[in-house]
Amino acid sequence: MSAVLAVEVPYWGQSLLRVLGGLVAVLLPAGTIVYLFLFKMMSFMQSRLGPMEAGPYGSLQLVAEVGKWMQKEDLAPENADRTIFKMAPLVVLVSTFLLVAVIPFGPDAYFTNFAVGVFFGLAVSSISVLGILIAGWASANKYSLLGGLRAAGQLIAYELPLVLATLGVVIQAESMNFQEIVVAQNTGAIFGFEWLGNPFIFTQFIGFLIFMIAVQAELTQAPFDMPIAESELVSGYMTEYSGFRFLIFFIAEFATAGIFALIASLLFLGGWGVPFVWFDWNSLDDVSWWMNLVGPLIMLTKMLLLTFIIMWVRFSYPRFREDQLQTFAWKVLIPLSLANIGITAILKVAV
Amino acid sequence: MIAQAASDSINVAQNVGFGIIAALMIFAALSVVTTRNVVHAALWLVLVLAGVAAQYILAAAEFVAASQVLVYIGAVMVLFLFGIMLTRAQIGHEKGLNNPTWALGIPVAIVLLGLLAWVIIDAFEDDVLPDRGPTPTVALSDQFLSIYLIPFLALSFVLLAAAIGAIVLARKDR
Repeated sequence: MSAVLAVEVPYWGQSLLRVLGGLVAVLLPAGTIVYLFLFKMMSFMQSRLGPMEAGPYGSLQLVAEVGKWMQKEDLAPENADRTIFKMAPLVVLVSTFLLVAVIPFGPDAYFTNFAVGVFFGLAVSSISVLGILIAGWASANKYSLLGGLRAAGQLIAYELPLVLATLGVVIQAESMNFQEIVVAQNTGAIFGFEWLGNPFIFTQFIGFLIFMIAVQAELTQAPFDMPIAESELVSGYMTEYSGFRFLIFFIAEFATAGIFALIASLLFLGGWGVPFVWFDWNSLDDVSWWMNLVGPLIMLTKMLLLTFIIMWVRFSYPRFREDQLQTFAWKVLIPLSLANIGITAILKVAV
Repeated sequence: MIAQAASDSINVAQNVGFGIIAALMIFAALSVVTTRNVVHAALWLVLVLAGVAAQYILAAAEFVAASQVLVYIGAVMVLFLFGIMLTRAQIGHEKGLNNPTWALGIPVAIVLLGLLAWVIIDAFEDDVLPDRGPTPTVALSDQFLSIYLIPFLALSFVLLAAAIGAIVLARKDR
């Protein structure tokens, strides 16, 4: 990122650009997902129109909602542990921002080019559990505490398949760096067939399925929404939150959905690149100046496709029972992902 | 590192960062033992462990830093908090959190500090650490699977034994 569009940028300018880029990369997916899917798609699936009043087709509804949340009173229950109660949503949001830091959007359009990007991303995504757990505890509300405990149990259980599912990709790409994984997919070939490159969704289809299921659970979206089950726990750990602290939880939830979709598109769908054979590229250096602009658009398209699937599942399926949820993680997903790693490793060495 | 400030090839920004993070870690570590609420103590401990991860990043050990976050903050501390909240987790000050023999900890801590400091100073003396980039993860794994294979496997067996022990203790049909 030292030379954006062939313009040299000083270090402070790079840092400023990175911070602004991070804000955009967190808020833009969150806003898009909430409007397109939560407001509109869910309404259409339920035979209603959704928000229509604010702006054309309700497109300014988001602004109205944010305005509404910002002007509400920032309440804390009388018995709550105030410091922790106020800190908890920020911990969740910090996890989201740390997560976006490793995602590349183009050959040079990245925040950090971390050698162990995949591993770091999965590690920092687990920080949000901490925020959820202390939010539930500090609320001094038994429903909140139950929700927080359920969330912790679920997130720990589904973090394992999430990590294990990515290992197959790491073995195939021989790298934990997102850029190298993207290049490996776009220069590869499936059994000598080069035209599509080698997006790992084909060779790692089981890994992709496990990853998407685990993401659904990590986001506590239906059918894995035991921690915030409205009918039992009145929104679980979020029960006592109001005003902009609730808004932070809300933004973090949908921003994380978008970022996990971005990670899935990097790992399984070829990321920001297109197969190199399409335009006869030999190296990225000649094309990087315009791929830095087209790359984010490609990433956004893939993100919308994957979040569409996440939301489609969310609006379609009823909730898992707590024991079914744990059994599914420990007895189905984890053994399956271990088998996937074993088979991938054997094939990698043998072929 | 700080003792080597006289040398001109020292990375000043790195040392300043080290000092700030170390000060934060010491404050957080003291708070762990002085706070009067179990959950607060656990949260201060999170800060200490995050500080360790930050120090690893400063020392260009990316993989170890990510492991530190994944294992200690993402798993161990979450389990700690989970356990505390399942058993007792009252809000506000608690009584009886201090062990009556807490003063014994002070000499032990001082001896440990002296021992570690002596070992490090004795081993490195006036060496200046080379200013180098992060170690590639491939190099790490090559070491684990060649010269450090046996210690690595032995450690795995310790963890396996602990896991089996936990299952045996938790079984109902004994």
